[in-house]
Amino acid sequence: MKRNKITRSLFALLLLCFAGAWQGCSDKSSAAGDLPILGERQVVQREADGRQVTDTVYHTIPDFAFINQDSQVVTSLTVQDKVYVTDFFFTTCPTICPKMKSQMLRVYEAFKDEPQLVLLSHTIDPKHDTVAVLRDYADRLQVSSDKWHFVTGEKDSIYSIAMQYMVTALEDEQEPGGFVHSGAFVLVDQNRHVRGIYDGTDPAQVDKLIQDIPALLPKKNKKKDAN
Amino acid sequence: MAAGIAALLTLTQCFTDKQNEGERLYTQYCANCHMDDGSGLRNLIPPLAGADYLVNHRDELACIIQHGQTGNIVVNGKNYNQGMPAFEHLNKGQITNILNYVQTNFGNSNPRFTIPEVEKQLFDCRHLLEQ
Repeated sequence: MKRNKITRSLFALLLLCFAGAWQGCSDKSSAAGDLPILGERQVVQREADGRQVTDTVYHTIPDFAFINQDSQVVTSLTVQDKVYVTDFFFTTCPTICPKMKSQMLRVYEAFKDEPQLVLLSHTIDPKHDTVAVLRDYADRLQVSSDKWHFVTGEKDSIYSIAMQYMVTALEDEQEPGGFVHSGAFVLVDQNRHVRGIYDGTDPAQVDKLIQDIPALLPKKNKKKDAN
Repeated sequence: MAAGIAALLTLTQCFTDKQNEGERLYTQYCANCHMDDGSGLRNLIPPLAGADYLVNHRDELACIIQHGQTGNIVVNGKNYNQGMPAFEHLNKGQITNILNYVQTNFGNSNPRFTIPEVEKQLFDCRHLLEQ
C-alpha cells in the first residue's frame, strides 16, 4: 500500500517534470538557479513562417506608478533590469509589520552594496501613510531611499497590484489596526516575473530568500565568459 | 457537573501554564514590535532590553500596557514616536506576569511587580478606559 503511494507520487513527479520540459520552463528556470516562475501561465498558439508555434506567456507584474518617501515617482522603470523584493504593510500596524521590517532589514543589509537589488514596501493605508509619514518611518529605520522605497499611492492601485503579486491585502474593521494583510516577501526578477514568495515573519524563510536572490542577479564574471 | 469539570480544568491550568504565562503573553502581544529579545526596531520601536525607561517610569508601566501610549518618549537618550496599542482585555494578573517577564529577561534585573502594585497603578489610570 505504502509502496504503491510512493510509486504513484514518483510517477506524478515524473509527469510534472515532463510537463515542465514540455512547457519550456525547465531551461528557463535552470538558468536562474531553479527558481520557478510563479503565477498563472498561458499557452498561446501563433503562426510564424506558416508554422504553428507554441509560446508560454508567464504572469508578469503590470506597469505601476507610486510615490516614495522622497516624493519621487517610483514606476516599473525604476525597477527596470533590477531584481526586487516587495511587501505590503502600514506604519501603524500593531501586529506582524515590525517583525517583517526587522526581517526586511536583514535583506537590506545583505545586499546593501548590490545596486541590482532594490526593496519596495507598499503601504496599504495610504490615507494615514502620507509621504511625510513614510519619510519619518524610513528615517527611523535608517535606510537609504535609493535602495528601499516606501511607496504610497491610490488605494485601488495598491490593492490591485497586491493581487498581481499574489499577496492578500484588504481593509477589515474587525482586524487589529483595521487591515488584514499577509506577511509575504515577494521576489521579482528583471522581467517582472514572480520568482518566489516567502513568509517575511519567519527568519528561516528569509534566510532562504537571501540565498535565492543571487541566482537572479547577473553573474559578476559572466561578461568575461561570454566573450 | 460541568461547572466542576470547568473548575478542575482551571485549577490544573494554574499549575501548568501559569508558570510561563509572562513569556507566553509577551510572545503573543509584545514580541511583534519589541522583538523576541526585547531589542526593538532601530529608531522606530524602543528596546526593552536595558531600557532606562523601565526604571524611570516604573509607576506607569501597567497603564501603558493596558491603555497604550502615543507621543514622543525618550529611551536611553533616544527619541521614539511610534504609538503603542492598548491591551484592554488583559487583567491585572496577566499584566503583572508580562511586566515581570520583561523586568527579569533580556539582561534586565529590575525589581519584580506584585499584583497589588499593578492593581494600584491600574486604579489610578482607570479613567482612560472610558476613552
